[in-house]
Amino acid sequence: MGKILTRMGDGSPVEIPEAEIMQDIIDGSTDASERGGIPALNDEEVKYLFDIFKRQDRFVSVQQGNEVVMSYDAGTLKIRRHGLIEERIASLQMYEKFMGADTAELCHVDYSYKPLKPIVAYEQTILEQALLVTHVPLFYGAMPNLGLYSHPDGPFPNPSELMPMGKITEAMESYDLAVEDAVTDILFTAESMIASGADGINLDTVGAAGDADFKAGLIATRKLRDKYPDICIEMGMAGEFVLGMHGSMEYNGRRLAGLYPHQQVKLAQDAGVSIFGPVCNTNTSMSSPWNIARAITFMKECCEVATIPIHVNMGMGVGSVTVNEHPPVDITSRASTAMVELCKLDGL
Amino acid sequence: MALTHAQASGMGGMRGAGDLVARMMMSKKMRINEAKAYVAEKLKIGVQDLTDSVIMTEVRQELGLGQISPLPNNAKGMESKFKIADLLDIDINCVSRFKGMVNM
Repeated sequence: MGKILTRMGDGSPVEIPEAEIMQDIIDGSTDASERGGIPALNDEEVKYLFDIFKRQDRFVSVQQGNEVVMSYDAGTLKIRRHGLIEERIASLQMYEKFMGADTAELCHVDYSYKPLKPIVAYEQTILEQALLVTHVPLFYGAMPNLGLYSHPDGPFPNPSELMPMGKITEAMESYDLAVEDAVTDILFTAESMIASGADGINLDTVGAAGDADFKAGLIATRKLRDKYPDICIEMGMAGEFVLGMHGSMEYNGRRLAGLYPHQQVKLAQDAGVSIFGPVCNTNTSMSSPWNIARAITFMKECCEVATIPIHVNMGMGVGSVTVNEHPPVDITSRASTAMVELCKLDGL
Repeated sequence: MALTHAQASGMGGMRGAGDLVARMMMSKKMRINEAKAYVAEKLKIGVQDLTDSVIMTEVRQELGLGQISPLPNNAKGMESKFKIADLLDIDINCVSRFKGMVNM
């Protein structure tokens, strides 16, 4: 058996014997299966993944007819991140005209709902003008980002300082207060953007600060859905596993800590989310075949239990895309193709 | 990376009918196959044609749905979104807002 040129999770190239590639695929899927209590990939799916790695093509793609919708979280922010001197309306036009984007997203570089409150009128004006000259559905997005609600950045005691002191109750109370404020801030900005004509609101990187962060996103979604039955609400997650920073937080009687994507999506649906963006983190110490098999095992189950569209997160470092500022085309195209073909998902 | 995904598995946005399929997902929570079938029926084309840039350029020009390279006297921007809302029989938030602003 020969060796196959592939990559590690950090993007570094590596040659791996074919037998090890096959074993990595099986091991990656088994890891997700055991962690999530979900089915591993079957023999046919494992063979599909092996074949896609065995191909020497630099770039692979889905079969014609199997294409899916692309959403781009933090779109205008990423133009600035690359150092392009471009104002945001032109950035959105670049997404739809140059990149063939199916949707686009206006956002601020300080990508959190809290700091948007003082400048929301400026954001609304940009959005209103952008909507006049663009064609594709336009989201406005930001993160709940509960980290901004505790000392030294916010009004409440810092749970990470309280817990080492044994002040567990005080830490949990701080999270409770942060959830209330975060929901208020999300609603303030989201309602303003809906009034200005946004096609959708994106709650992005939800759960970044753990279970309280996820709860804030769910409560805000429910309140928005009750007020705006027809508006699109997309919820993109921060990680594959909801961290139990609070530990006992619940939504609709379900404990949030420890939930995996196929469990998260059910709560998102209940809250009124229109499109759910699950995450599987890339492990830099493992091979790309291992990471792709693992990510697909998680995402496949999430897609199967969902009743709403699923847009799997496949940016840098998630969805088996390598952890590197410039993810290589060979692995990204393989991950993109395999994810779409095996998961029967709705978008990325 | 975004371009890699778009090329490997994306619908192509305005090069095809990706934006229209996205609108059905967003407004009606349709899954991908249902959304494609709905849009194809409204456009009176096959599902396979939704990502064909040659066919969709003609369709979009004829129906005024906006194009990558806009021509003079063709609908573009908000004008196109009026037509998209009518064609897909959906409410587009900014179109409704525009109508309200000009007392339509």
